[in-house]
Amino acid sequence: MTMDTVYIIATASLYAIACGTLGSFLMLRKMAMLGDAISHAVLPGIVIAFLISGSRDSLTMLAGASALGILTSFIIEFFHKKARLQTDASIGVSYTSLFALGVILISVFAGQVDLDQECVLYGEIAYVPLDLWILKSGTVMGPRALYIALIIALIVIAFTKLGFPFLKITSFDTEYALSLGISVGLWHYILMAMVSLTTVAAFDSVGAILVVALFIVAPATAYLLSNKLSRMIWINAILSILISILSYYLALWINGSIAGAWVSCAGLFFFIALLFAPDEGLLSKRKKINYDKKIHFEVNKSIE
Amino acid sequence: MQALENFIRLSDPNIISVVLGSILITASSAVVGCFSFLKKKALVGDAVAHSVLPGICLAFIIAGNKDPLIIILGAFTTGWLSLVLIDLIAEKTKIKEDSAIAIILSVFFGIGILLLTAIQHSGNAAQSGLESFLFGKAAALVGRDLIMFSIVAGIVLLTVVLFFKELKIIAFDEAFAKSIGLPVRFLNLLLTSLTVMAVVTGIQAVGVVLMAAILITPAAAARFWTDDLFKMTLIAAFIGALAGYAGAFVSYTASNMPTGPWIVMIVSVMALLSFFIAPKRGIISRFVDQAKMKETILGENLLKELYRIAEKQGGAAQYIDIDVLNDHRQFPVRALRNKISKFQSSGLLLSDSNSIKLTDDGYEKGKRIVKLHRLWEMYLSSYLKIAPDHVHEDAETIEHIITPQIEAKLESLLDYPDMDPHNKKIPY
Repeated sequence: MTMDTVYIIATASLYAIACGTLGSFLMLRKMAMLGDAISHAVLPGIVIAFLISGSRDSLTMLAGASALGILTSFIIEFFHKKARLQTDASIGVSYTSLFALGVILISVFAGQVDLDQECVLYGEIAYVPLDLWILKSGTVMGPRALYIALIIALIVIAFTKLGFPFLKITSFDTEYALSLGISVGLWHYILMAMVSLTTVAAFDSVGAILVVALFIVAPATAYLLSNKLSRMIWINAILSILISILSYYLALWINGSIAGAWVSCAGLFFFIALLFAPDEGLLSKRKKINYDKKIHFEVNKSIE
Repeated sequence: MQALENFIRLSDPNIISVVLGSILITASSAVVGCFSFLKKKALVGDAVAHSVLPGICLAFIIAGNKDPLIIILGAFTTGWLSLVLIDLIAEKTKIKEDSAIAIILSVFFGIGILLLTAIQHSGNAAQSGLESFLFGKAAALVGRDLIMFSIVAGIVLLTVVLFFKELKIIAFDEAFAKSIGLPVRFLNLLLTSLTVMAVVTGIQAVGVVLMAAILITPAAAARFWTDDLFKMTLIAAFIGALAGYAGAFVSYTASNMPTGPWIVMIVSVMALLSFFIAPKRGIISRFVDQAKMKETILGENLLKELYRIAEKQGGAAQYIDIDVLNDHRQFPVRALRNKISKFQSSGLLLSDSNSIKLTDDGYEKGKRIVKLHRLWEMYLSSYLKIAPDHVHEDAETIEHIITPQIEAKLESLLDYPDMDPHNKKIPY
């Protein structure tokens, strides 16, 4: 195992943990598709910021794209409330048009933007070790993307740690949260801002569609395995690391994209959980039902 | 320029077939999309669109070439599978439908990307152009591909025409469909298959990523122009066809441009325009209606308040100071000033420096509103047995909406009562 392998796996794990932690809340809030929408819709923001600042990892880019992410959730709300368009259509219309705009911008400014359509879709985490952070003195500090991933993961963890009670209560019971005087709308938009920020940062490495997987697939697996939010987040973290390691070797083995492999592995874990999770699994549920039937039968017999 | 001219004149038979093909494909997707839209399954189409990618790649790996029939079969299989899985997950576990959609969408797409990149790296020469399934390439629609995809699009359209009435019923009211003995399961299956077929053909034009847009966006736009499903499908088909035409144009004249995003841009702009300018349902006309209603209410409240002050002071209309009026009911300053000058010119009010007085017409109008208010309070307390101290708020809003017909009905129903529940005289 070379250093490059470690860098790639570490970057993937950090993003997976950051996205999955936020994704747990998105899923509980029935906003999984909103995460999907935002991850697509930040594209024009990224391209425009790119054109203005001319570099890939500037703060301008993060700020611009995060702004677009929040704008997207505003637009979706706007169409829903003002035009009375049903939510699913509102999401579908908003994100496809913004994503299309982004792809067109990339094609129009193909010469000036160091992005291409494929990279937008599935990113290239294999290039992580190529872009090194080198100090003025000449010391090589390691890949830049790894540091960004680390910072994002720390921000998300700190945010979750500090805001946990509020996030939890606004996710599970908005009425109760309101009655306690907690601003549900405020936490909604803070969460959206965090989602946008994380999406933009992860986007570069894993691409738009696969960000969605980071947000939803591992948390859903954890959700099947646990009934407790904090435990769910821990399971997600463990799964993230496991999937990141496995997918790296899967990608190497079949010579495909690492991000694609990541989602495939995550999907595999999800389906295993779907079938065999202790309480929720399809097969174990059937067992439980059979067991219940048996008890019922025996009780009836003893009554007779 | 030459390319543009060639395109508009349809001088090249190739152009004609590309244009026809894209129009047929986008229009048929838009028509099917109307039903998905009404069933609130917009994002399911998105999931299917992403889920056909692994099917396409698998079909390619197995067949070793891009034969359209095999590609369609592969795409159809995984597209279908994705829908089955979404339903299974949403029904059998605690995971909600939206999460199930997101999971299936991303996992299938991820597998698709993994296979696609593996194929690309394998060095198989036949794979070139496979990535055009991501963003679409209408100009690539030639020969056998075009014929195959047009046939599928034609079948989709024909099926919708044949089953229009049945699909209409299940789109609006499944329980009703069941009660009149329609085969609901079969029809749902049919609609699912139509969706998958529309997606499978549509990705030729726009690619898997943006497929949801040509399925849903034309339907969403069309919904703003009409309440009639038949007209809605026609409008959606027209919007879809227009975008398909434009897409073929972009694909033909600017081959380095991705076709799909342009088609989606055009559909989206049309949808956006519809959201804003459509009569009745559009944002602008809704806004205008609301502003008008607000003004009407303000005016009626003004007349009502002046009448009530007159009533207190003995009956006849008198000059009343605006400050006194505002003591009775706070009106927004500028809106009040505008309203007063409007009522002056329409002969409902007289104005003298800072005081105003109802004319005979204005007095009658104010009296009617007060009457409606009190009649409604009477109705609520005698027919719905609501306590007298709870009826005012409701009457405050309903008094602006009651039509002369309802007014007559209330009067005869309550038999012209003299007093309202607060023992105030009801003026006739």
